[in-house]
Amino acid sequence: MTTLRGGVPFSLRLEPRLEVSRWLSPALTAGALVVALVISGLILGMVGADPIRVYLHIVGSSLGSVGAISDTLVKSTPLILTGLACALAFRMRLWNIGAEGQLLLGAWAASAVVLVPLVPVGTPGIIVLAMMLVAGFLGGAAWGLIPGILRAKFGVNEIIATLMLNSIAFAWIQYWVFGPWTEGGFQMSEQFPTEAWLPRLSDLADAIPALRGLTVHGGFLIALAAAVVVWLVVERSAWGYEIRLIGDSPRAAKYAGIRIARNILLVFAVSGGLAGIAGMAEVAGVVHRLQDNFSPGYGYTAIIVAYLAKFNPLRVVPVAILFGALILAGREIQPSGVPGMIQGIILFCLIASEVFLRFRVLIVHRQPVAAVAGVEE
Amino acid sequence: MDLQLIMAAGIAVGTILLFAAVGEILAERAGVINLGVEGMMLIGAVVGYATAVSTGNAWLGVAGAMLAGGLLSLLHAIVTITLRADQVVSGLALTFLGTGLARVLGEGLSKAGAISLLPRFSVPLLSDIPVLGPIAFTEQSILVYVGYLLVPATWYWINRTRPGLHLRSVGEEPAAADALGVSVYATRYRYVFIGGMLSGLAGATITLAVQPGWFGALTVNGRGWIAVGLVIFAQWSPFRAAAGAYLFGAVVQLTLAMQLPPTILGLANPFFQYHANTFFLEMLPYALVLVALVVGSRDAMRKRIGAPAALGIPYVRGERGR
Amino acid sequence: MSTQTPTAVASPAPAVGLRGIVKRFPGVVANDGVDFALAAGEVHALLGENGAGKSTLMNILDGLYQPDAGEILMDGRPVAFRSPRDAIAAGLGMIHQHFTLVASMTVTENILIGLDRPRLRLDLRRYDAEVGRLAEAHGLNVDPRAKVWQLSVGERQRVEILKVLYRGARVLIMDEPTAVLAPLEVDDLFRTLRSMTAAGRSVVFISHKLGEVLAIADRITVMRRGRVTAAALPAAGATKAQLATLMVGRAVLESLERTPMPPGEPVLALEGVEADNDKGLPALRGVSLEVRSGEIVGIAAVAGNGQSELAEVVTGLRQCRGRVMVSGEDIANKPVRKAISRGVAHVPEDRTGVGTAPNLSLVDNLIMKRYRASPIGRGWTIDMGAARAAASQLKDSYEIVAPSIETQARLLSGGNIQRLILAREIESKPRLMIAVQPTRGLDVGAVESAHRLLLERRAAGAAILLISEDLDEILALADRVAVLYEGRVAGIADTADTDINRIGLLMTGGAGGDPAPEPATGGGAG
Repeated sequence: MTTLRGGVPFSLRLEPRLEVSRWLSPALTAGALVVALVISGLILGMVGADPIRVYLHIVGSSLGSVGAISDTLVKSTPLILTGLACALAFRMRLWNIGAEGQLLLGAWAASAVVLVPLVPVGTPGIIVLAMMLVAGFLGGAAWGLIPGILRAKFGVNEIIATLMLNSIAFAWIQYWVFGPWTEGGFQMSEQFPTEAWLPRLSDLADAIPALRGLTVHGGFLIALAAAVVVWLVVERSAWGYEIRLIGDSPRAAKYAGIRIARNILLVFAVSGGLAGIAGMAEVAGVVHRLQDNFSPGYGYTAIIVAYLAKFNPLRVVPVAILFGALILAGREIQPSGVPGMIQGIILFCLIASEVFLRFRVLIVHRQPVAAVAGVEE
Repeated sequence: MDLQLIMAAGIAVGTILLFAAVGEILAERAGVINLGVEGMMLIGAVVGYATAVSTGNAWLGVAGAMLAGGLLSLLHAIVTITLRADQVVSGLALTFLGTGLARVLGEGLSKAGAISLLPRFSVPLLSDIPVLGPIAFTEQSILVYVGYLLVPATWYWINRTRPGLHLRSVGEEPAAADALGVSVYATRYRYVFIGGMLSGLAGATITLAVQPGWFGALTVNGRGWIAVGLVIFAQWSPFRAAAGAYLFGAVVQLTLAMQLPPTILGLANPFFQYHANTFFLEMLPYALVLVALVVGSRDAMRKRIGAPAALGIPYVRGERGR
Repeated sequence: MSTQTPTAVASPAPAVGLRGIVKRFPGVVANDGVDFALAAGEVHALLGENGAGKSTLMNILDGLYQPDAGEILMDGRPVAFRSPRDAIAAGLGMIHQHFTLVASMTVTENILIGLDRPRLRLDLRRYDAEVGRLAEAHGLNVDPRAKVWQLSVGERQRVEILKVLYRGARVLIMDEPTAVLAPLEVDDLFRTLRSMTAAGRSVVFISHKLGEVLAIADRITVMRRGRVTAAALPAAGATKAQLATLMVGRAVLESLERTPMPPGEPVLALEGVEADNDKGLPALRGVSLEVRSGEIVGIAAVAGNGQSELAEVVTGLRQCRGRVMVSGEDIANKPVRKAISRGVAHVPEDRTGVGTAPNLSLVDNLIMKRYRASPIGRGWTIDMGAARAAASQLKDSYEIVAPSIETQARLLSGGNIQRLILAREIESKPRLMIAVQPTRGLDVGAVESAHRLLLERRAAGAAILLISEDLDEILALADRVAVLYEGRVAGIADTADTDINRIGLLMTGGAGGDPAPEPATGGGAG
């Protein structure tokens, strides 16, 4: 219990909550979102933009039509997968900020299947895509294992390590798209053969004309399946229990006979693998080639997605769709920093709102104190 | 390649990291990790630059940058010290917010014309020292010299003064400090704010002295994170942070310089021959940080020293934090 | 016993007075209209069981908490302390049970924290000399330049005392000051306290140990459940039985039925075990020890003499050299899981940091050691239904008081957290139990139930290693007692053949030429 002081006649007192009602957490999350949007609106107003129009624009361009909704789902696909990557790692309080780099390496490894090529030309699409999926997972997992090993072996802070590896991964992609895989000196590879394209809804447009132009692709289904699998693992498996235990108290976990180092490696590998699949889904489902700027920072937005979903894999899906809409609409919003700023404000409001979950916040009026400290006057 | 020039430029670039790292050391010595350095640097960079553009006075820019960095850091202070939220997540949020806000504020700023920068000068006598003089004391920005003074001053402040004693006690054993009447909250607020100001200064060092101009998020380009990494490498000592910062600056400058000449030491330069190879040079500084982290973390594990004991733990009176 | 004249005790305006103090915490009233009066120059004991409200009362006096009602008087005038700083300024110094010292700093630096001077530059050499003189003047032997982490527990306590004396404290409040001290160190402390009261200072001595209260106090105030049950009782003439009744509310003193058991097979055998502490310094230097089935072996040692490391070595939490035989198999340096599967249960010293995961539910905490075994573990999945059923059953049979099995462990009281840990560890039907400080900080009821559970395990044939700083507890429960001093077994004896003084002597390394009645099993005193 603490009393906070300032130069005001009342003070704030935090008392631990003994019981939390069921509706409090979702209500706080909703409240935090509203507050974040109001604050963002105020800032937008101050820099001369019309917040109402910006918000209407975001809603309109992401949910205004079937095509827009489809585009939103396309943007949310990598966010679901990287969001799952972060949620899994964060559950163990392993701060994997490297989903972006792991996504890039996954995209690179999946591209290698086609561009090296690792499969003979003419291999059926289903086999090519399966190999790309595996390669994407392995590429991301390998990139995730590096900070895992550094953390488990040398105690290196994983936040900094993963961030450095993000930058290295970006340079690595640039090397390949400017160098060995360049198409005529542009910063992109040649287009993949259609066997390496994930099927889209619009592929069925010949049979069902209404699907024409809908870009949502098979990666979205992969992402949904991944969400269910990750949920089963973290909520129902012994391994999920171990992750929960380590996340809350590594010393208690060690005492319970759980091998911490091994779990750090495992979680980092699986987390990186999930992000790697996101990279695979982007190159095989959206851009159909490797280029250096296909991710607008999905791996970073994923951090907020995971946090907003309270690390619950199933909740990652709707939250990712919400942020997919923000990213989609954000491309046209001026000034260009607005979506990032809104994301930051949302995250701040969220963590600030959690204080109400853990504590009852009381405002105490301070009674005037006649004599302070009875030393001789 | 003129090694002396490269080293001199390395020191200037290292000064950016130095300010940010020293700021972070002060905050962490008080027990608060602030991972928002990148965001605070960007805010400092943009506010410093915009202020200098609109007032024509680079010094006002520096003041504005420090104030802006400090104000942004107060958000982190409120959320983590008063509301006891997780310091890691709050720092990440600060980075997002700072980066986004800086880009919003910097809209159109990249087209601003030339501005007056902070003064550069050579130090009489010291610049005559062989090797060291031309590198460290010739035609450097005034902020580079400020950096030289800041390092010993910070060390002295932490280890040899009464406020420094209180700072350390709050970061190591807040219950002890509290019981003896040192306000844990006020101390932490103060040093988080100072850390934010120094991050803001680091941003202004970029835009007003070392690499003038506004290039969006690329202005800082991850250097805030490198500064946070340096703190671990430096084991919370300003002198080691300075060594790391200057070394890092020199390596960065070296990798840039190595892209230019057709031959190096008579051998064909692979980075000149095949442009894509330069991306390996770009990776080098980040790989260096990883190596530095391994070295720093292993040292800390072996000597069983390192982070302030209460780092990252919110203080609650009468409770043993976790 | 007292060196005070009666007039000093009976002076009209007490040095410190507390009137009608009320302090509520969520769910409890810690102080319910408490009055307390401290005279100048006396040692005034505040007696009560854990949870009676003694520490809360003193934390209010020290400015750490604000009372909900009531007033504090110093020399008859009302005062209000907003923080310990105010209390110190008024001449009140509190010495907490858990020392609040910065381990990485020197003694002098620790003493200087929070002072208004010097303005800026810290001339440590000057202050080292000042602190040295102060220490000498009060017979508090400690090196001002030593780093605190290098000091023994007794020395650390002296630093705490120096801290308040340096600030000119007239009143010292000591919260359970003897809890971590060896008997000889207690004597030193009592000498220091007497010299201070002789110089006109007053001491509030908070304790739940009847013997030492009678030995040091001039007057005694007893608290029970937040209220005063006896105010300012003169110590001369008071009896243990009388105090116990006032403290517990019934006449009985705890008496344990420890039925004689024939010693069984050795379950734990340590052979020449050496290990380092967290700082990389030697903590165990060749320990050999045996614990047999149906036997409780107590480990007596002053904090920091290797007992914590000993528990960690046996449970697999710490690397070591030498052999750790459990039922004939060497499990030294094997994974923790190995020890668990060999039937080693562990009641750890740190209940909230190690023994439980604070933010997880009762269920999660109760299945910690058997989530892989049937019926809870099924292949790679966990059957949460079975887990909940098992948790409910444990919650009922061990009387863990909590709103539900989904309640987070951190919301439980100390006694209930310990019941949770004991329930989990005992339910595994261990062959060997390592119990570290199993009753520290618990109230009388919880202590009794913990003791009963340990004796039941002994009767069921388990071997129990009981590591405790409470010598009375060891003497009451253990069949044999081994004394650890500086990482070595300084002596080992049947509890029936030894007494607290001899153990105390061994604990402080003071018995080099005075061998224990029975040589250490396996000759481990190296």
